Amino acid sequence: MIPAAFDYYRPTKMDDVIALLKEHGDDARVMAGGHSLIPMMKLRMAEIPHLIDLQAIDGLNEIFIEDGQMTIGAMVTQHDLINHAGLEAAAPILREAALQIADPQVRYMGTVGGNVANGDPGNDMPGLMQCLDATFLLVGPDGERSVAARDFYEAAYMTAREDEEVLTSVSIPAPQGGYAYEKQKRKIGDYATAAAAVQIIKEDGKCTAASIAMTNLSDTPIYSVDAGAALVGTAVDAAALNAAKAAMLGDIDPTEDNRGPVAFKKHVAGVILARAIERAWSRA
Amino acid sequence: MKDEVESRDDRVANLKGMGCSRKRVEDARFTQGKGNYVDDIKLDGMLFGDFVRSPYAHARITSINAEEALKVPGVLAVLTAADLEPLGLHWMPTLAGDKQMVLADGKVLFQGQEVAFVVAEDRFAAADGIEAVEVEYEELPVIVDPFEAMKTDVVLREDLVADDGSIPDGAHGPRTHPNHIFTWEAGEKEATQQVLDNAEVLVEESMYYHRTHPCPLETCGCVASMDKVNGKLTLWGTFQAPHAIRTVVSLISGIEEHNIRVVSPDIGGGFGNKVGAYPGYVCSVVASIVTGKPVKWIEDRMDNLMTTAFARDYHMTGKISATKEGKITGLHCHVTADHGGFDACADPTKFPAGFMNICTGSYDIPTAFLEVDGVYTNKAPGGVSYRCSFRVTEAVYFIERMVEVLAIELGMDAAELRRINFIKKEQFPYKAALGWEYDSGDYHTAWDKALTSVDYDGLRAEQAQRVEDFKAGKTRKLMGVGLSFFTEIVGAGPVKNCDILGLGMFDSCEIRIHPTGSAIARLGTISQGQGHATTFAQILASEIGLPADSITIEEGDTDTAPYGLGTYGSRSTPVAGAATAMAGRKIRAKAQMIAAYLLEVHDNDVEFDVDRFVVKGAPEKFKTMKEIAFAAYNQAIPGIEPGLEAVSYYDPPNMTYPFGAYVCVMDIDVDTGVPEIRRFYALDDCGTRINPMIIEGQVHGGLTEALAVALGQEIAYDDMGNVKTGTLMDFFLPTAWEVPNYETDHTVTPSPHHPIGAKGVGESPHVGGVPCFSNAVHDAFRAFGLRQTNMPHDHWRIWKTANELGLHD
Ligand SMILES: Cc1cc2nc3c(=O)[nH]c(=O)nc-3n(C[C@H](O)[C@H](O)[C@H](O)COP(=O)(O)OP(=O)(O)OC[C@H]3O[C@@H](n4cnc5c(N)ncnc54)[C@H](O)[C@@H]3O)c2cc1C
Repeated sequence: MIPAAFDYYRPTKMDDVIALLKEHGDDARVMAGGHSLIPMMKLRMAEIPHLIDLQAIDGLNEIFIEDGQMTIGAMVTQHDLINHAGLEAAAPILREAALQIADPQVRYMGTVGGNVANGDPGNDMPGLMQCLDATFLLVGPDGERSVAARDFYEAAYMTAREDEEVLTSVSIPAPQGGYAYEKQKRKIGDYATAAAAVQIIKEDGKCTAASIAMTNLSDTPIYSVDAGAALVGTAVDAAALNAAKAAMLGDIDPTEDNRGPVAFKKHVAGVILARAIERAWSRA
Repeated sequence: MKDEVESRDDRVANLKGMGCSRKRVEDARFTQGKGNYVDDIKLDGMLFGDFVRSPYAHARITSINAEEALKVPGVLAVLTAADLEPLGLHWMPTLAGDKQMVLADGKVLFQGQEVAFVVAEDRFAAADGIEAVEVEYEELPVIVDPFEAMKTDVVLREDLVADDGSIPDGAHGPRTHPNHIFTWEAGEKEATQQVLDNAEVLVEESMYYHRTHPCPLETCGCVASMDKVNGKLTLWGTFQAPHAIRTVVSLISGIEEHNIRVVSPDIGGGFGNKVGAYPGYVCSVVASIVTGKPVKWIEDRMDNLMTTAFARDYHMTGKISATKEGKITGLHCHVTADHGGFDACADPTKFPAGFMNICTGSYDIPTAFLEVDGVYTNKAPGGVSYRCSFRVTEAVYFIERMVEVLAIELGMDAAELRRINFIKKEQFPYKAALGWEYDSGDYHTAWDKALTSVDYDGLRAEQAQRVEDFKAGKTRKLMGVGLSFFTEIVGAGPVKNCDILGLGMFDSCEIRIHPTGSAIARLGTISQGQGHATTFAQILASEIGLPADSITIEEGDTDTAPYGLGTYGSRSTPVAGAATAMAGRKIRAKAQMIAAYLLEVHDNDVEFDVDRFVVKGAPEKFKTMKEIAFAAYNQAIPGIEPGLEAVSYYDPPNMTYPFGAYVCVMDIDVDTGVPEIRRFYALDDCGTRINPMIIEGQVHGGLTEALAVALGQEIAYDDMGNVKTGTLMDFFLPTAWEVPNYETDHTVTPSPHHPIGAKGVGESPHVGGVPCFSNAVHDAFRAFGLRQTNMPHDHWRIWKTANELGLHD
């Protein structure tokens, strides 16, 4: 469990990061908390001759909340997220979800940027960000651009981010209504068997909007438009729950692994989604 | 004030002897990061060795090319079987009478097998060197199923087939197939068959006790240092049996035993994983001899899980017969034991299936028969006793499932069925049908105490209501009440029937009392977390009347410690603990003579009292042990040698038989398969209790490992022999989060043959815990017709059970 040799860089300016990425192309990778990247390197599943640490870049670990918009710097750790009172008030689902990621040790190191940029279908934040309709800010040789979380994920470890781009922050419109992040896992430190992120708005006993995303049930997070739509206009009764579940099951495509076979995962995905919806509805 | 200090109770308390919850003396260093583990050892010029391992489970090796590896900066040598062969070290003997390749000799038999040993200046260079070694493999058909292994014509071990194709006997008798290792029998075959044939009630059930791994937090490793000037080899390592390792190293290397010093420093958990000898040890020794420098080898987590000593992997089929009233009349057990590519089980020589023949459990079963077939497959070798004494976990799981299955068949309450079949108090010592003689027990008292403590009847009523509610659609959670009653067999063992590689399984203690009344005691065992430095000092304190705080306990250095067979199978207290008490008594006997001399009375006129000898009938006339110790070194006493020392080698007359009664209450989410442990009650009877706090800690640890094994921990292979659970992401190691609050309780039934009546406790909770957790899962579904489903009960398997019972429809 020792990685192949690599050169380590710790630049202080983003321009230098981009210059290094340009120079080394696919042979270089930025490192945030390192808690996805370093395990891959230790298993020699990733050989990264040039490792660029983002720790010394200023301004990447700030959190702003203004005008109904939250901006979270890429280097904000999962631990920071959990302990930020402003975020908890504005978007309590962030804390609820982050508390279900790994364990405190991992969360002290793991960052929001690393979690969403990683592209591992097991990561919890991509689905969460899709549910919240977040936008990712990227900076590269040609300047800045933003990409919606819902458009960002292409396949496992394949995202809309170019090799030479760095993700600098995540912007989230403050969510309305009830929320829930429900996750089934085998143990502490495990990725999801199935997880669901749900935001629901309730008016006069009826659902007027619902946003649903699922984690670790396909090679990307799944934002299920149809599952959300199935709830709109209903009182989120049993029939609506079933319709949402059915719609979601049509969108996911789980694979068998040590957590279990496909039939099990689909069944659990339905149960977890129903529970998330019920909890979110009860809070709406 | 003076009177108060000298009150008898105070004197007893000052000793911190047996029965007190003395704080662990080890913890000051462990909690401050000041332990000294193998990987903390750093010697001048020390090199690092690591293995090229096979990616295939079964393949022929057509070539190994180390040219590129030797170009990697820092890489000094690459050893292969060809290099070891001239020394006769390319194979080594196993503890089970088989032999094992040290480095792949023409073929590999399991994924992760050691193919070449790269020696480098540091572990980083070694890792790069490993990448650069080019090995060409020719894949062979992979056999991962032991039943298929016994049918196929794919031969795993060509070395065990004669040139004419015949199959020579193995270490344990005739073999019937090239992939067959042994058949081992205990009990009466025909008589058992007859009982089963004529039974009023007969049930048959098959179960698989899956392969798992002890997974100590510290992996295996060693540092070998050959001093070419004085010809001395020092080997530090994670050895649960340092003396046995010294003897083995001497036998296979030809280095005389006095020139070998084996040291076990602090060990971060063993659980059986560190009993055997591994290729890493041999290669490190050879590399040190070749390079003249110290060589370190340390496994990483994947190496540990994939290659060094697994546990269990028993396919068990049972038949149990009873009267209509539930009195058990006979038991038959057949095991197909998957041993992997080499038979490296760590069992006493005469017991190739360990103490599986304790499988009649805690019950008075008049007739029984056991048959075990050991089989080779393309999996890692091992078969160690993971927190248990030689397969007793398998035995107890088997009988505790069979009893549950019988209860279902009879429509009886499983607690009541146990009660009517327990061996009765007055039957001890009890000779079991499969040969063992249980020393002491009071099962009914323990069982009643356990059931009362948990309000068993209340639990059953609640459960019945839950089933009603479930059927009425009011809940999706079922409730299981898991029961287990276990009898352990620990403290191997009597030299007449227990040896490892011909070394009798006695143990030893050597005590030196210093002139100022403190002491050092050395033992043939080695703590891996059990707290020996704490508890053995307590035994001695009570025996010799010096405070435990004034007694140093030392283990693990073969140059200083007396010979012993090490620590596993809960043998330290039953065997070395007995040696400690006996050596202490020798000290006391001499002290008595010294005291009598000092007090100017006859030897028989003084008697021992806590920390002193007093003149009978004149308690104001006494000599404290401290005074006696000083006298032993400064007075010329006629007829008595100076000094105060003793040695005892203890050959136990019998094993000890701890027992216990466990109850687990579990709620199961039928839709997700998630179990939640609501309550776990553990009553342990380990005989005399030396340190209640340490017992409680051992129980907590053993139960946690039981929970792990029952609910998720496994070494799983795919059809190609690839290990699917090679990291802690997939191999379940519970944390504080997954662990429930344990309630501990006890009864005390001392062992009649042990000097202090102690039986051993470190492994009981694991042995009793696994069936208890598993029975809770089974019990939750009993009302819906479940009889048997295999561990580990992870979410998907529990879900599958519910699904197959139609509970998702
Ligand atoms: C035992 C364990 C359990 C875990 N369990 C979970 C879990 O349950 N749920 C979960 O979501 N995660 C889990 N994780 C992963 C953890 O949350 C990681 O920290 C996270 O996935 C990545 O964040 P990081 O800061 O560590 O990123 P790194 O590991 O440093 O980077 C990950 C990848 O993202 C890229 N990257 C990082 N930052 C940027 C950036 N700003 N711009 C562009 N690319 C970037 C890197 O180049 C790399 O490819 C677990 C990790 C461990 C070790």
